[in-house]
Order: sequence, then structure tokens, then C-alpha cells
Amino acid sequence: MEGNLNMVGYGLATLGPGLAIGLIFAAYINSVARQPEARNVLQSIAILGFALAEALAIIGIGLAFVL
Amino acid sequence: MTNALLAVEGGGDGFTAPGPGIFELPPIFEIGAFGFTKSMAIILLSVVVIFVAFYATARAAEMVPGKLQFAGESAYGFVRNGIGLETIGKAGLPFVPFLATLFFFISFNNLAGIIPMLQLPATGRIAYPLVLALLVWFVYLYVGMKRAGVFGYFREMMFPPGIPWPVYILLAPIELLSNVIVRPVTLCLRLTLNMFAGHLVLVLFILGGEYLLLDYGGIVGVLSGSVTLVGSIIFTFFKAFIMLLQAYVFTLLAALFIGGAMVDEH
Repeated sequence: MEGNLNMVGYGLATLGPGLAIGLIFAAYINSVARQPEARNVLQSIAILGFALAEALAIIGIGLAFVL
Repeated sequence: MTNALLAVEGGGDGFTAPGPGIFELPPIFEIGAFGFTKSMAIILLSVVVIFVAFYATARAAEMVPGKLQFAGESAYGFVRNGIGLETIGKAGLPFVPFLATLFFFISFNNLAGIIPMLQLPATGRIAYPLVLALLVWFVYLYVGMKRAGVFGYFREMMFPPGIPWPVYILLAPIELLSNVIVRPVTLCLRLTLNMFAGHLVLVLFILGGEYLLLDYGGIVGVLSGSVTLVGSIIFTFFKAFIMLLQAYVFTLLAALFIGGAMVDEH
């Protein structure tokens, strides 16, 4: 079985961001369910949090290819 | 780092997956040692297109806007209201042209990855987001230092008042590292690696689908190839969303950093 330690490293690195994004959107969905008027205000915060958490996963896959 | 074309001609020898080499294209023409590559052409094209688009919407502006002027004003208003006023407030209005330039420049160059004849996200090469991140870094350092002086800015950042002094030993290096190093680096890497990884996966979908459909043969190849090619279309739409989102996040974070440098840390 051939492979690359880089890819194993990337696979491990997706744990954190996966959990983080799940938590962020769980909080967003809960808040909108309790108070639908808050949807527009919270949407930009949710998207910002998503992009910040996704950054680590993206750095992982990028460096897995490059290094 | 195989050239993507080799994977297609490889045919029956097996499938060679595309690597980072798909971003390294031969130069269009060379002047001495300076090669003019496709990504440079896309950057220049983006500048021309954005300028022409906004100039056309702003020329002969009237009080009651027509459709073209309304479209241009909505696009600019999205950055001005949604990003500028929301995050910085009225004091941030001088920075709105900078933020709007960032937003439209980044989104056009991102979207060039799925526009049919261009098909290369120019922001996938690290040089362009690096310069943009450095620009944002210089702007917020300048704003902070102009308000509080060079040493005052660092003192405010590393030693905010109202905290018991042993915490400073931990807080000061973290704040310094975060503001001066981590912020511009992650700003740059987030944008460029999103575009790099996304383009790579898109090319993998398309080349893999083509290989399965035509070269692998048999009913397995045809079925899985067509599913993969349909998946590549869906992935293209997902990529369009991510490209716009990354441009929005870059601009939003730039606005947050500038706004953070403008107010006193309390």
C-alpha cells in the first residue's frame, strides 16, 4: 500500500476544523431557531467563524501537497 | 509535479493525478529573463474589467439611478455598508475605497478559476495574496502607530491596562506574535490555499472523470466517469460560492484589523 505521510497528516488535521465548524453552525442554527429575527445579524458572524476555522484545514491540505 | 496534460495522454498506463504543477504554466512571451505568464495576464485583465465596469456605472450619474448605475451602486454599497460601516463605523469611511478594491480585485481573480477561457485562479499563486496581505498589514500598523505613536501602539497592544501584572508575561508575547506575524500570514495563506486546493480538486474531478469515461472502459468506467463529471459541475458551483466567500472574508478581516487599530484598547 503506497502513500504519503503528508496525507496521513492531513487526515489527522481535519479533526479540529471539522468539529469547530460543526459547533459554529450548531450554535447558529440554535440561535436562529430560538429567535428568527436575529438571522441577518448572526449570519455574518457565523460565516466569519466558518472561514477562520476552515483556514486551518486549508493550510493543512495545501502544505500536504507542497511539502 | 506532473503536467496535467500528461495524465490525459498516459491513457492505458494508468491515471496520473494532477499535482501542484498545474499552476506552473509556460510563459506566453518572454522579454529577456522575464516571462509574462497567464496569471499576470489575468491580473491585468481583472484591473481593466473592474475599472471599465465601475466607470461605466458611474459615468453620467443621475439622481434617480438607471439599472446600470443601480447595479454599480449596490455592489459598492455592499462593501461600504455591509463591511465598512458595520465593522468600523463612521470613522472607517476613508478606508472604504481600499476595502472595495480588495473585494472586487480578489473576487474577480478568484472567479477566473471557473470562467471558461481563463480557468486559472490567479490568487492561487502565493505572490498576489502575499502583496495584498502585506498592504493590509502596513495599513493597520500605520493607522495604529499614527494614533498612538510607535511605542505607544506596541505598549497598548501588549500591556492593556486593568490586568494584574503576572498575566502580562503570558499575554505580551502572544499579542505581539498574533498582531505582527500571525494575522498577515493567515490572511494570505487562507486565500491562496483555498484557491489552490479548490482548483486542484476541480481539475482532479474533471481529469479523473475523463479518464474513467474514455480510457478505463467497460460499464464501470462509463458509469463512474459520468457521475464524476456531473460531480465536477456541482463542484464548480460550490467553488464559485467559496471564491466569493473568501473574498468577503479577506475584506471583512481587513476591515476588522483596521478598525481594531483605530480604537483604543480598553
